[in-house]
Amino acid sequence: MVENNNTKISAKDVDVFYSEKQALNKISMDIKEKEVTALIGPSGCGKSTFLRCINRMNDLIEICKVTGSIKVDNEEIISSSTDVVSLRSKIGMVFQKPNPFPKSIFDNVAYGPSIHGLADTKSDLENIVITSLKKAGLYNEVKDRLNEPGTSLSGGQQQRLCIARAIAVNPEIILMDEPCSALDPIATAIIEELIDELRLNYTIIIVTHSMQQAARVSQKTCFFHLGELIESGETNKIFTNPDNTKTQDYITGRFG
Amino acid sequence: MFFWSIVLILIGIYSSYILGKSRIKKLVYSTNLKPKSQYNYHAQYVLSWCLLPALIVYFSWAIFEEQIIQNLILDSFEYVEGAAYNDGLLLAEIRNVANNTDFSEGKSQEIINAASQYKSLKLTSEISFYISIIIIMVLGSLYAVRKINIQFNAQDTIEKYIKYILIFCSSIAVLTTIGIIFSLIFESFRFFSQVSIFEFLFSTEWYPFIPIREGQAGAEGSFGAVPIFAGTFLVMIVAMCVAAPIGLLTAIYLSEYASQKVRKTVKPLLEILAGIPTIVYGFFAFVTVAPFVKSFGQSIGIDASPTSALAAGLVMGVMIIPFISSLSDDVINSVPQSLREGSLGIGANKAETIKKVILPAALPGIVGAFLLAISRAIGETMIVVVAAGTAANLTANPFENVTTVTVQIVVALIGDQEFDNPRTLSAFALGLVLFVITLSLNVLALRIVKKYRERYE
Repeated sequence: MVENNNTKISAKDVDVFYSEKQALNKISMDIKEKEVTALIGPSGCGKSTFLRCINRMNDLIEICKVTGSIKVDNEEIISSSTDVVSLRSKIGMVFQKPNPFPKSIFDNVAYGPSIHGLADTKSDLENIVITSLKKAGLYNEVKDRLNEPGTSLSGGQQQRLCIARAIAVNPEIILMDEPCSALDPIATAIIEELIDELRLNYTIIIVTHSMQQAARVSQKTCFFHLGELIESGETNKIFTNPDNTKTQDYITGRFG
Repeated sequence: MFFWSIVLILIGIYSSYILGKSRIKKLVYSTNLKPKSQYNYHAQYVLSWCLLPALIVYFSWAIFEEQIIQNLILDSFEYVEGAAYNDGLLLAEIRNVANNTDFSEGKSQEIINAASQYKSLKLTSEISFYISIIIIMVLGSLYAVRKINIQFNAQDTIEKYIKYILIFCSSIAVLTTIGIIFSLIFESFRFFSQVSIFEFLFSTEWYPFIPIREGQAGAEGSFGAVPIFAGTFLVMIVAMCVAAPIGLLTAIYLSEYASQKVRKTVKPLLEILAGIPTIVYGFFAFVTVAPFVKSFGQSIGIDASPTSALAAGLVMGVMIIPFISSLSDDVINSVPQSLREGSLGIGANKAETIKKVILPAALPGIVGAFLLAISRAIGETMIVVVAAGTAANLTANPFENVTTVTVQIVVALIGDQEFDNPRTLSAFALGLVLFVITLSLNVLALRIVKKYRERYE
């Protein structure tokens, strides 16, 4: 494994409130470039909320208020002057439930590049679509039926289509919010392999409920509990020799 | 008769309920066993055996009484040789005399006799009605009381009765619809026996005048419905040109841009538009919009008539805005949030997301909303009567008078009309065609909406 020390995302004192209720309390962490960072913790601990702060997806929720500082490539993103559109084009997101658009497989992947004007000609666009589908490991399965609706694929294929859709706009970071929780074990294994390959080119943050998955795919792990970041560090260390007793209890299955 | 029968039935209901309850209580007390159903159900069982037969008696009396009395009177009426009689008029006269509402002098003896017979028959009928309703309620209750015992499952039986009552109620609506369809078809056949169906559907001349006397010159009626359907279509197009964009954009604003608070206020306000009586829209069209259209037409050099397709269509468009906006808003709202997040997560802005993801996903539902609005616009009458005129012009110029199917139906049925006259009967033929059109539009709309629902739920 190539070690690197470039910090891609740096969060400091991030608080999130839903109306009066505080969901995240003073979260600070650094996320390194081209690594997989797993966010684990019991339900309702705030790991998805934190993930959605990074691409400002929480803006969609009227009652949600985010304070503190998150820097992506040393640029502050928690501010009203942030260009959310360009931020989100730099940060792809894959959701818990596969959510392909009700369009053809081709159009699903071509959606991002065409709204961002990444392709000048039709063949450019085709190239981007095919490359993205290949990177997502889906191309061989769908190359004969690019014009069929994306919703006609199986759940695991749909999720890989969503990954292809996300990488088609050439992001630097990919956020994954429990990407395998709606999939069967075989589809999950395929996606995990894919994550391992994508790590070479992208910074990946993955929220997961499965500790085995976190241990398998990630290099760094952050353990959240009740809106606080309890412990973060090398995945190996967290899963073998955590500092905090709560982490120890969680990974050994004593609660959560 | 109405008041006292209600009182009687209420008394019957009360006493049968008490009777049923005390009966089962007594049984429980004497046998010391637990009954299969609760007391209430036994009481309701007796009650229904009291009430339902009473209602049957009541309604059969209401339906058949007058008919039977009339037949009896006509049978025994002393017809005078040589005089011409009309049964209906005769009966009306007899009834008036019997009720002391006929004040003309010199009633003939046979009428007076018949009137007194009518009165005595009425009295007999009333007495026998009360007696039979009391007897039937008592018999019904007694039968039910005898059936009550500890083992009797009254709850199940009541459940069954409720089911029958519900089936009966829902079948009324269905039967009424079937009845309406049949009367339409039947009257239309009478029309088409006088006017050829091809002339009706394909000829472009609509002059529904019928010669008053044999051989009158230049007054041959002509029943080509094409101008009428063209007029309907024109008004509908104008209305949709107004309502489709405004309604759809309103829906997009409400579902995607407006805050919860705005949405909660604006949506009901919009729906009030749907509650305004259409004749009020008619006033508005006639008093405000039509003169405006006329002067606007003059200012751009078009000779507009005082009532026009444009005036009617514009106002009708306003009327159906809430249909489109409200239904489309529901449809857009039911597009899963995950699609919005997916699109925004790639870095699309709101307008791109709406245009490229949400509207295509909601399209079938929106089309369904449009079709419902269109069928509403086609069926609308009052605005067009007041604001578009009644002349059947075959024109595509919205500044001219046009007429629609519903307006022609109104015109054909207003005033003294004979029912063997094709002018009157044309209303039914028009109604039948209108019915077929709106029905198929509704079916189509519902199908599209249903298909859309299946995809996301």
